[in-house]
Amino acid sequence: MAVYLHSVTLDKGKCVGCTNCLKRCPTEAIRIRGGRARIIDEMCIDCGECIRVCLQHAKIALTDPLSSINRFKYKIALPAPTLYGQFKNLKDINSVPRGLMRMGFNEVFDVARGADIASRAVMERLKDPDCPQPLISSACPAVLRLIQVRFPELIDNIVDVRSPMEIAATIARKEFCEKNNVKPEEVGCFFITPCAAKATAVRTPIGHEKSAVDGAISMVEIYGLLSNQIRRGQTDQSDLNPDHRGSALGIGWARSGGECLAIGEEEALAVDGIEEVGKVLEAIENDRLPDLKYFEGLACAGGCVGGPIVFENVFIARNRIRKLVSELPKKNIEDAVSKEELDQLSSDITFDKPITPVETLKLDQDFNEALRKMDLIEEIRKKLPGLDCGSCGSPTCQALAEDIAQGFAREMDCLFLLKEKVSLMAKQMVEISELTREK
Amino acid sequence: MSQLREEFQITAMDFVTAGEASSRIKRILKKLGVNANVVRRLSIACYEAEINLVIHSMGGKLVLLVGENEVTLISEDVGPGIPDIRLAMSEGYSTASENVRMMGFGAGMGLANMARNADRFHIQSKVGEGTRIEMIFMIKDSRAEDKSEVS
Repeated sequence: MAVYLHSVTLDKGKCVGCTNCLKRCPTEAIRIRGGRARIIDEMCIDCGECIRVCLQHAKIALTDPLSSINRFKYKIALPAPTLYGQFKNLKDINSVPRGLMRMGFNEVFDVARGADIASRAVMERLKDPDCPQPLISSACPAVLRLIQVRFPELIDNIVDVRSPMEIAATIARKEFCEKNNVKPEEVGCFFITPCAAKATAVRTPIGHEKSAVDGAISMVEIYGLLSNQIRRGQTDQSDLNPDHRGSALGIGWARSGGECLAIGEEEALAVDGIEEVGKVLEAIENDRLPDLKYFEGLACAGGCVGGPIVFENVFIARNRIRKLVSELPKKNIEDAVSKEELDQLSSDITFDKPITPVETLKLDQDFNEALRKMDLIEEIRKKLPGLDCGSCGSPTCQALAEDIAQGFAREMDCLFLLKEKVSLMAKQMVEISELTREK
Repeated sequence: MSQLREEFQITAMDFVTAGEASSRIKRILKKLGVNANVVRRLSIACYEAEINLVIHSMGGKLVLLVGENEVTLISEDVGPGIPDIRLAMSEGYSTASENVRMMGFGAGMGLANMARNADRFHIQSKVGEGTRIEMIFMIKDSRAEDKSEVS
């Protein structure tokens, strides 16, 4: 299996070993060992919940520095739709791509344009009577990873359309090379990302071999520089390629429900927040939503505007996106992306590699051994206090029981068992000393 | 050969905990590494059984038995019993109250859905005594993915 390169990492120097991240991780991928948090790579889905809750800012998203664009002779910026919600008093939506150009990019291609194309591709998939029901959006990599880890039965329901980021990078590079007569390897495509999961998806794509994106730059990191450029460039009226701009519906993908709105499917459901996404995926697994045709799940509450590495508050950004979108010309997806255009792109925007389950839940490769461990876990769990306090370094008593059965922890890691043991030992000491005194 | 047995008590009309036993059963099966296709079918059947116990029974339990070759799920309640099993098995037939239907349950697909998802399905019921449903799911070699039975 390919090495999974995570974006979410720990700054050991800052971690104090508290239990904030431990208790919030939706896949129980964190343990506190030796006074520091440790992320279990196979289980981490890069949702960024720990980044949000860490009071020490010890959890960080590894992204590419802005200077990394200089590795390439030509640089293309791919702003996530969310970027448009970060600035107040944005008089002209085009001042954002102009600001990026002034920062040193040679071209700016909206990921919202990629979202327009992805929407059209999904609409076509939905027309196929044999398509799985519900079809699950492939847009949020943290949700895809959650499905791989916790809901492998639903892998076949994932729509085989690449993410807007990938689609944007593929088209942007191709067009740039043709127009300027340069080699593809001279062109670097950089995604301006609201989250860690996308940075991971650039390094380890899900559903295809290689990413068309060369790097992911954190939105909050370039916020200051870009807002300066936007302010200074208020009179900048330089030309932008209108074909590289996203439609109102494409930009709407920044908010939860934007994708459902763009594809215009009535039997669609949008869920945001990783915990809730998990609950609804479970309902789908239980066949509780038999009429559902499309499922849009986004790891961050509010959608991508709620990403862990954005500048603006999720509700403020959400509202700005709403207003921006309402001011843009109304255009449906069929008009924004023609069938011919879609057909031409077809293989470039489709998955070419099967998505495989990530077997992290399995107790053992051998079934009988797994059964034996299950018994052992139950036996250990009964001894534990059931307070789920996290002091032992495992997120719940159940998780500690499993860690002990797997040999990763000891019973005495539980403070309550330790206290019992210590008082028992103290009592025994007293007894022994009394016995010896009598003699 | 080792076998695992877990029992879950289900309280009638308790919609707060409804679905929790199914979640726990599913988690156990995934931990044991049971084939994804079997887990999916069992999840559907198990959830139906649990909701049936909540809506229609006077209380009961779900019993999970995991052996090397098969998973058995037993739903047992203390009443009221089904007068006409054949009628109850037909899709769309439901005795659920209007209240329950308003909550999105009681569409009358439960028993049929359970039977369709299990490899073997056995039901016996006596009015005044209760209903016992036994469902068996064969565990196939987890390396040979067989998806032909997914409905």
